[in-house]
Order: sequence, then structure tokens, then C-alpha cells
Amino acid sequence: MTGVAVRDLPLDLDAFQGPFDLLLTLVLRDELELSDVEVAEIVLAFVARAVERETLDLEACGEFLVLVAALLELKARELFPGEEDVLDLDPEEAADELAERLAAYRRVKAAAGWLDWRLGESGERWFRVGPAPVPVAAAPQELPPQNVASLAEAMRRLAVEPPAPSLRHMGTFPPVSQFLARFRAVLSRSGRFLFDREVARLSRVEQAVAFLALLELRKAGEVTIRQLAPFEPISVAACSSPTSA
Amino acid sequence: MQQPNLRVVENPVDRLARVLEGVLVVASRPLSVAELAAAAGEDGERVETALALLVGRYREGRSGIVLESVAGGWAFRAAREAAKACGRLFDRPVARGLSPAALETLAVVAYLGPVSRPEIARLRGVAADSAVAGLVERGLVAEAGRAGEGGAVRYETTPLFERVFGLAGLDELPDLDDLGGDAAEIRARLESIAERRGA
Repeated sequence: MTGVAVRDLPLDLDAFQGPFDLLLTLVLRDELELSDVEVAEIVLAFVARAVERETLDLEACGEFLVLVAALLELKARELFPGEEDVLDLDPEEAADELAERLAAYRRVKAAAGWLDWRLGESGERWFRVGPAPVPVAAAPQELPPQNVASLAEAMRRLAVEPPAPSLRHMGTFPPVSQFLARFRAVLSRSGRFLFDREVARLSRVEQAVAFLALLELRKAGEVTIRQLAPFEPISVAACSSPTSA
Repeated sequence: MQQPNLRVVENPVDRLARVLEGVLVVASRPLSVAELAAAAGEDGERVETALALLVGRYREGRSGIVLESVAGGWAFRAAREAAKACGRLFDRPVARGLSPAALETLAVVAYLGPVSRPEIARLRGVAADSAVAGLVERGLVAEAGRAGEGGAVRYETTPLFERVFGLAGLDELPDLDDLGGDAAEIRARLESIAERRGA
């Protein structure tokens, strides 16, 4: 097997299908999770290819070993983040750690084998798999003994005709005409006024109606309105006034 | 003419047994003794007596329906005699085609659950994301909270897992220590291999 053949080694894994060098490229670009790749499958593919060729290219084997070792180290670091101390163990401790982990994995594999056997055993077990059962409706809460007279009294109180809604607030709107007349009188007297001062003592509703009257006067062309900036006093002048704008 | 086979026994336990039969036929999951007692309005002891009667009546070789203690409760299943006929009519998607990777993941969750995906990956040496997702989809494992606030999601097996594998509970799984994997023995083997290579 030549060095070129190592890079071209075709792989058919669960997580990847394609040549070995493409797998390396994807891993280096972080486009493939190395933790999803079964490195053992790559080794098996390499060995199978070597057996097919019936020749042993030591250079190719060396290159492959280096690449696979690098992959394994990367994968180990990815699988055990924050376990740098484990990777830096002395050989004796590392051997113990490896043996412990292999033992744990062997137990898991044996347990999986037992489950597989059990599944085969229970292959002839058929049972109903339905949707989740409809939960039973909660039992109605028991009421303490009731006094009929007090229930009737409660019902009577509930059945009382509600009071008619008050329309008093509707009657507090003074007519616009009232303010039209008032403003015209002021204008005829002095030719101008400050709106804010004129309505200062009025309620908010009256101020709103007064403002409508002011707009009416402006619409009719009787006054000019001036305000230097928002929220500044509004100055009103009769159109004949020399200071009107 | 009276048919003796149709004679209904009026023993109170028999009557309770018939009520339990009805409830178990309607249920689509195993029912605990407490649930059966609540449904029948009886105490647990009498329900257990009636269940023992039913177990004798619904057993392999005597009936096409078998009453079994499974997944922490009692449930009916088809007798093995009827399995082939059931297989011609129905499918078992939950248990069909469980890959070795899925079985290993399932074993880790069954023995060590609640367990997170990184913990499973640490044991198996391969990312467990797709295996766990597949098992969740089948309904064999389910989320069981997080490992602390903001920690990884942990998983545990479901009652369906116990039912599919015919387990009354997780305590019926064989002891993990009995399944081999002695670290000292593995260490000795590794050393002997290393010595042979060195020789």
C-alpha cells in the first residue's frame, strides 16, 4: 500500500463516507465531530486494504499510524474535556486508568449483550401498546351540608338589579360656543391673550373644550396662534392684531 | 338445558378477579396493585389474592392471554403460542433493529441512570447523541432532569423499556459486577501482551 493509498483509503463509517484525507480535512475544519467517528473502523478498513494488496508498505503503515495516533489523541481530548491530568499520568497510573476504563466498558458491553439476549427471549412477547390512558376525571369535591335558606339569601343578593350606570360625567362638558363667545369678547377687548392664562383656573375637561373653541377660531380665520416650543404658552391674537403671525 | 361450563362462581374473590380482568383488559400499561385496588374499591391484600387466582388462570399453556408482573405492575400479554400470529398482523417498532450501539447506550442508562450524554460517551468512547435520540424516539429512555442547575440533561429508562425486556423492575437486571470486566485481570492481560511484544 503506498502513501497515496493511505490518503485515498475509502471509508464507510456511520458518521462519514469518503476518502480518509477528506475525513481528516473535515475534522481539522471542525466540520465533523471526531467523537462521532469510530477510529477502530478506520483501522479495520486499513488492515482490510493491506490484506487485499498482500504487500506491506512500511512507509504507508508508518504514515497511517501517525495519523491515527493523532486522531486518537484529538478524540480523547474531545471526549474527556478538563481531564488533562488524566492524559498526563505516569505510565503506571495510566495503565491502571486504562484497565479501569476497559473494565467498565467491558461490563457495559456484557450488559448490552444480556439485553440483546433478553430481547431475543422476549421476541415472542406481544402486548398492547396504546396511547397514554386518559386520566380519570377528579372526583367532584364533596360540599359540606348546605342551609337552603342561606343559599336562597345568597341567590337573592346576586339577583338584585344592578344600579343604572351614571351619566353624570357626560353632563360636565360645557358647550364649545361658551368659550367661542368668551374668547371673542377678550379679543375684541384687548386683541390678544395667552391661552394658558385664560384657562388656568378651569378643570381639565373645560380646558379641552376651550382648546376646541380655539381651534374653531383658527379654522374660521379669526385668530392666529403662536407657540415658541412644545409646552410653551400658546399666544392667541386676533387676525387684525399687528403682532399676529 | 344447563351448561355446566357457563356456571358463574359467586365466590367474592372470583367476583373481584373478574373486575380486575376487566380493568386490565382496558389498560394499555401495567397497573400497580394500588391502582387496581383503587379502581376496584378493594384493599390491596384482597386484590393480591385475586391476582394470584388470575395468574393461575392466565398462564402459558392454559390461555392465549398471559397475566404477568412487569414494569412495576400487572398487565396482560399474548401467550407465546399466539406470537407468530401476532407477528403476521402487527409490528414491534420499539424493539425492532436495536443496533449494538443503541443496546450499549441502553445498558448504560439502565444501570447508571439518570445519566447524561457526556457520561455515556465517556464510558463507550463514542459520542452518544444519535443513540440517545433514537432511544428517546422509541420511548425506551426519557429525560430525567438536569445534573444541577444548567447541567447536562440526564436520561433514565422508561416503564416501556421494562415491558419490552420483560422486567418486573430494574432490580431484575443482572448484577453489573457479575458481568465480568475485572480491572486487575484486564491489567494483567495488557501486561502479558506487552511482554510478548517486547520479547
